[in-house]
Amino acid sequence: MAGSGAGFVPPSTADFNLPPIIGNNAYSTKPVFLVLLSVLVISAFFIAASRKALVVPSKLQFAGESIYAFVRNDIGEEIIGHEFMRFVPFLFTLFTFILTNNVFGIVPFLQFPSMSHVSFPYVLAVFSFVIFHAVGVKKQGLGKYLKGIAFMPGVPKAVYILLTPIEIATFFLVRPLTLSLRLFANMFAGHLLLLVFIMGGDHLIRGVIGLKLIAPFAFAFGIGMTFFEFMVQCLQAYIFTLLTALFIAGALSDEH
Amino acid sequence: MSLRTVAAEATVNPLVPHVAELIVGFIAFSALFLVLRAKVVPMFEKAFAARTEAIQGGIEKAERAQREAQAALVQYTAQLTEARGEAQQIREEARVQGAAIIDDLRAKAQEEATRITAAAHASIEAERQQAITSLRNEVGALATELASKIVGEALDDQVRQSRIVDRFLDDLEKSK
Repeated sequence: MAGSGAGFVPPSTADFNLPPIIGNNAYSTKPVFLVLLSVLVISAFFIAASRKALVVPSKLQFAGESIYAFVRNDIGEEIIGHEFMRFVPFLFTLFTFILTNNVFGIVPFLQFPSMSHVSFPYVLAVFSFVIFHAVGVKKQGLGKYLKGIAFMPGVPKAVYILLTPIEIATFFLVRPLTLSLRLFANMFAGHLLLLVFIMGGDHLIRGVIGLKLIAPFAFAFGIGMTFFEFMVQCLQAYIFTLLTALFIAGALSDEH
Repeated sequence: MSLRTVAAEATVNPLVPHVAELIVGFIAFSALFLVLRAKVVPMFEKAFAARTEAIQGGIEKAERAQREAQAALVQYTAQLTEARGEAQQIREEARVQGAAIIDDLRAKAQEEATRITAAAHASIEAERQQAITSLRNEVGALATELASKIVGEALDDQVRQSRIVDRFLDDLEKSK
């Protein structure tokens, strides 16, 4: 921040455009490194946790299993039903990937949520979009699947004038967009909020004596918001995965 | 969106994706998916299956033990019933046998008593005959003796008469 001497410059969207770390290479930015780091961290943790596959688990295996079982049973089996096992690897990857990258936002020294760069949520939403439509087409056939979306059965014909455009927009535009933007916006806003309190506190402590006294409150609030952010980060990972599971379940059932 | 402008631009629309990040995101997610699907999910599933099997095995074992216990109980009950029946039968036989023995003994005793009674009767009859014979002889002899004595002495007065009788009786005593 350049606002130490003169007036306070509030954090803005520009703060999310971190310069490349190595040269001018667009592939060497912090979010890119964080995403790659998350792949390494998740892989290492879960491979270590699942390597032995003991009947009586170690603490590490238990920790890994708990997360896996949560996605498998509480999201996969609960929502999708008897065909859930096919989608567990995808849902599990989705959940751990989003969760780790979100939590990076409050991990000391990393402190940047990769998902506040909209590209990553877009990618994930595209995966989700492609998969749930592919499941529907494969299950019901292209014609029947599209007909099911456009003309919801059990509705008076006149209602289709209103319903058909809404349904088509929902399935092909609203779902992927809300999925990605919800995640992006939560991470973006959360990070911005933390920036406001931490950088604001930093600015206050450099000011006159009266402002110095206020600074601790800004920092304390920043710490409080960090806990709140952690909750939001976990929640958003859960919601993204849950909604994807719901879309898949909808595509699998005959009456979407 | 040009790659060059990612870093420098101050007023970038945050909703516009970066190509580099799209590519990295796609590759990173795919790689993670492949790793988790190949290495992690099967292992966790294996652990879950093994656990389920262990629990089911335990339940089956318990059920088998219970079935065996039930079978043993049925067998023991059957054996007990059989033993009771057998005991009843043995008691019945013993009772019948005891009754037979008692009847037998009673018959024997009856027979013996009859035999003894008959023998006693015979013996008594024989002795009676003997006594009659003996008495007849003795009474004859005595009568003869008494008659001779009466004849031998004068029986005029009462004293003498009674003396004679007394003497006779004394003699009779002595001769016994």
